[in-house]
Amino acid sequence: MFKEKHFAFLDESSKKEIRRAVLKAVAIPGYQVPFASRELPIARGWGTGGLQITLSLIGEDDIVKVIDQGSDESVNAVSLRNLIQETTNVRSTIRTQEATLIQTRHRIPETPLKEGQILILQVPLPEPLRNVEPSEYKTKKLHGEGDYSGAWLKMFEDIMRYGQTATGADHPVCVDGRYVMAPSPIPRFDNPKLDNSPALLLFGAGREKKIYAVPPYTQVVSLAFDDYPFRRERFAGEKCRLTGLSDVYLDELTDETTGEIYYQINDSSYLLEHLNRETEMQTE
Amino acid sequence: MTQWEKPVLTLKNFNKTFGNGCSFCKDKPENLKGGCCPKCRTIYACRDVSLCVYCGEVVGIVGESGSGKSTLMQALYFDSEPTDGEYYLDAYKNGERNIFADSRRQQKWVRNMLLGMVYQNPVMGLKMHFSAQSNIAEKMIAAGNRDVHSMVARGNDLLERVSIPPARRKDNPCNFSGGMQQRVQIAKALANEPPVLLLDEITTGLDLSVQADVLELIQKIQRANRNSILLVSHDLSVIRMLADRTVVMRNGQIIEEGLTDQILEDPQHPYTQQLVYSLL
Repeated sequence: MFKEKHFAFLDESSKKEIRRAVLKAVAIPGYQVPFASRELPIARGWGTGGLQITLSLIGEDDIVKVIDQGSDESVNAVSLRNLIQETTNVRSTIRTQEATLIQTRHRIPETPLKEGQILILQVPLPEPLRNVEPSEYKTKKLHGEGDYSGAWLKMFEDIMRYGQTATGADHPVCVDGRYVMAPSPIPRFDNPKLDNSPALLLFGAGREKKIYAVPPYTQVVSLAFDDYPFRRERFAGEKCRLTGLSDVYLDELTDETTGEIYYQINDSSYLLEHLNRETEMQTE
Repeated sequence: MTQWEKPVLTLKNFNKTFGNGCSFCKDKPENLKGGCCPKCRTIYACRDVSLCVYCGEVVGIVGESGSGKSTLMQALYFDSEPTDGEYYLDAYKNGERNIFADSRRQQKWVRNMLLGMVYQNPVMGLKMHFSAQSNIAEKMIAAGNRDVHSMVARGNDLLERVSIPPARRKDNPCNFSGGMQQRVQIAKALANEPPVLLLDEITTGLDLSVQADVLELIQKIQRANRNSILLVSHDLSVIRMLADRTVVMRNGQIIEEGLTDQILEDPQHPYTQQLVYSLL
């Protein structure tokens, strides 16, 4: 039934409006641009922000990759990829280097991104000041005045309570020395990848109706106090069970028969490529 | 002029209206009924208020509810925008720049660095679900401090001064008693050692012994730091205890001002006379 639909599902004027919002977002790095979030065949809060950006940017020559928490094969990633493919007929891939558009939820791929690629992140809560200021009217003013003491206060409170900043994911960052931005719930491990990235990073929040962006080669600094520096997650010397790699983001898994805890690379396509390379080398 | 002769805070011709006004009430104060236009319902909360506070001086503002005291305080702390008027602080650009005409960012800086505010209702001044320590740090963070250890040390120092026991310093103010909340607010107001403190009905709603504690604390701090204080209260005994000079407001206007003793012993304006004689 999708074959009869418009290319990339959305009508042209909707796509144009979303592209215009994206352009504005790129022009003001880190600023949340409001846009008219469209109805889609998936529920709001399930990646509609990212999907609308993908659908409005995609062309026939694009190669698309969709991941969900590092995995190309989870139900959400597969469903979103199917929807994009059925309405556009573009090629899809799981190889990060090959893709021109990468839609992702909660992770930035381990393979370094390169120039010309666009990474589109699905964002549930775009407002970094929301947990200290519930009113949108007021947070907009705070952004305008560059008053980010709320975001710092949250970290200070964490240090008071837990002895360290307790943001598991979505650790706030300052973009280009101006706007403080929620990097969507990527783990702190991925925060440094935002800084000076050669690829364009776009953030779409469908339920909250906001689009924001980090243009290529933009300075992105994770907020941290002078005496409590920013730290990525550490895995206490644990290694991936299958590859033996350690400087990657690991999943903690439990073997259901033995109850043993083991670690494995979270980014599934990176894991697969690494294993394939090893087998190739062995057969040679 | 020596530092004692130059006002620390100067407010000139401050006006605040809620509503746009109409031909019946604009520039015709004689047509107003109790600060309110009977035709267009515009409220003239403050009309042509001018006052100054000198270094180390405590100025009290008294008046019945609705007389514009709190509106005045909110404008001085940039919680609301004035309709018009001029506002100078000696510590800001040598007192030559009208802060009301400056940018919002500058106003925030003044608010964080040069002013300390204690509200009648602690909910206004404190983040109830952040620890007492964090509430005090908020002012220092806003002033650009990014060093946790120094902020914790300063926070402990201030909480010690307002006698919050160490065991409770990491608790949320929503679990504190009213008097403790008020003391945390005072500590917060002092965080950046501002030259001017604004106190808005700080003892209203507290029981008598706690009132005395809070007032004594304010007096002690004022004596030690020589802060200039602008103090709003409808309680004449609070004014008598703290204020050097008193301003009486009614319907948005200053109707009488003078030394506190003078005002209380020999009131001139009929309303002030009524106010003083109704003191139990």
